Amino acid sequence: MSEEQHATLVAEQFDDQVQQYQAASLGMWVFLTTEVLFFGGLFASYTIYRYLHYPGFEIGSHHLEVLWGATNTAVLICSSLTMALAVRAAQLGKIKDLIGFLVVTLIFGLIFLFIKFAMEWRHEYLEGLAPGVNFTYAGPHAHQVEMFMIFYFVLTGLHALHMIVGCGIMTTLIILALRGAFSKGHYNAVEIAGLYWHFVDIVWIFLFPLLYLIGGRY
Amino acid sequence: MSELVSHVERKKVYVLVWVVLLCFTALTTGVAYIDLGAFNTVVALAIAVCKASIVVLFFMHLRHSEKLIRLVVGVAVFWLCILIVISLSDFATRFRISRPSWPQSQPVTVHHLDMSPGTTTAE
Repeated sequence: MSEEQHATLVAEQFDDQVQQYQAASLGMWVFLTTEVLFFGGLFASYTIYRYLHYPGFEIGSHHLEVLWGATNTAVLICSSLTMALAVRAAQLGKIKDLIGFLVVTLIFGLIFLFIKFAMEWRHEYLEGLAPGVNFTYAGPHAHQVEMFMIFYFVLTGLHALHMIVGCGIMTTLIILALRGAFSKGHYNAVEIAGLYWHFVDIVWIFLFPLLYLIGGRY
Repeated sequence: MSELVSHVERKKVYVLVWVVLLCFTALTTGVAYIDLGAFNTVVALAIAVCKASIVVLFFMHLRHSEKLIRLVVGVAVFWLCILIVISLSDFATRFRISRPSWPQSQPVTVHHLDMSPGTTTAE
C-alpha cells in the first residue's frame, strides 16, 4: 500500500489499520457492555416481579402468541447469519456480496418489526391487554397480569427501538457501500454494526423464553 | 493490497451455527409444552445461555478476539450477575407472608410465621 492510500484509510491517531480496527471493536464492545446493564436492569426487575407475582405472570404469558414469538426468533437468527456473511464479504473485499447481504439483513429486520407491531402488538391491543390504552382483562390476578403486560410492552418496545436503530444503520451501510466507502481491510463500520446487530439478536434470544415460554405451555 | 485485519471464518461454520441456533429455538419452544415443573425455567434459560454464547463466540468473533475484548465481555457478564443475584438474594430470602401474591392454595403456615418477629399472634 502506498503512503497516500495509507493516509486516507487510517486516521492520524492510529499507527496502522490493525490498531484502528481493534480500537473500533473495543469501543463497540464497551458500548454493548453498557447496553447489557441497560437491559439488565429491566431483566432484573422482571425477574423480581415474576418471583413476587408468579400466578399473574403465568396467565399473562399464556396470552402471548408463542408461534409469532418463535417465528420472530427464527427471523432474527436468519438476519444474524446474513449479517455475519455481510461482515465476511466485507473482510474479503467482495462489495457486491456485502451489499446483497446487508439488504437481506435489512429485510429480515423489517419482517421482525412487522410481525412485532402489526401482528403481536395489534393483537394484544385488540384483546384488551394493553395497559393504559385498552386494558379490559378482568379475570383472576388482573393487576398482576397488567404488570406482566407492562413489562412485555416496555421490554419488547425497547428491543424494537433497537431494531429500528439497527435498520437505520443497515440503510446507512448500504448507501455507504454503494458509494464505495468500503474496501478490503477497510470495513470497520460494517464490523461494529454487525456486533450491534448480533447483540440485539441476543437480547431477543433471552426475551423469547422469558416472556413467551416461562411458566410452561402444557 | 493491505493485509487482512481480522480472522475470516469459513462460510460453512456460519451456516452450521445458524442451523444449531434454529434447532435450539425449536427445542426451547417444544420443551415448553412438556411439564418439567420448576425445570421448565431452568431448561429455557440454559438453552438461551447456550444460544447467546454461540452467537457471541462465532457471529461476534469472540473466538478470535484479543484478550482485552474477552475481558470486556467477561466484565459485562459479571456485572449483570451482580445486578441480578444480589437483588434476588434480598427478595428470595424474605419470608412468605411479605409476598403479596403467595397463592391461596399454599396457606402461610405457623412455621413460616415463627420465622418473623412480631407476628406470633397469627394462627
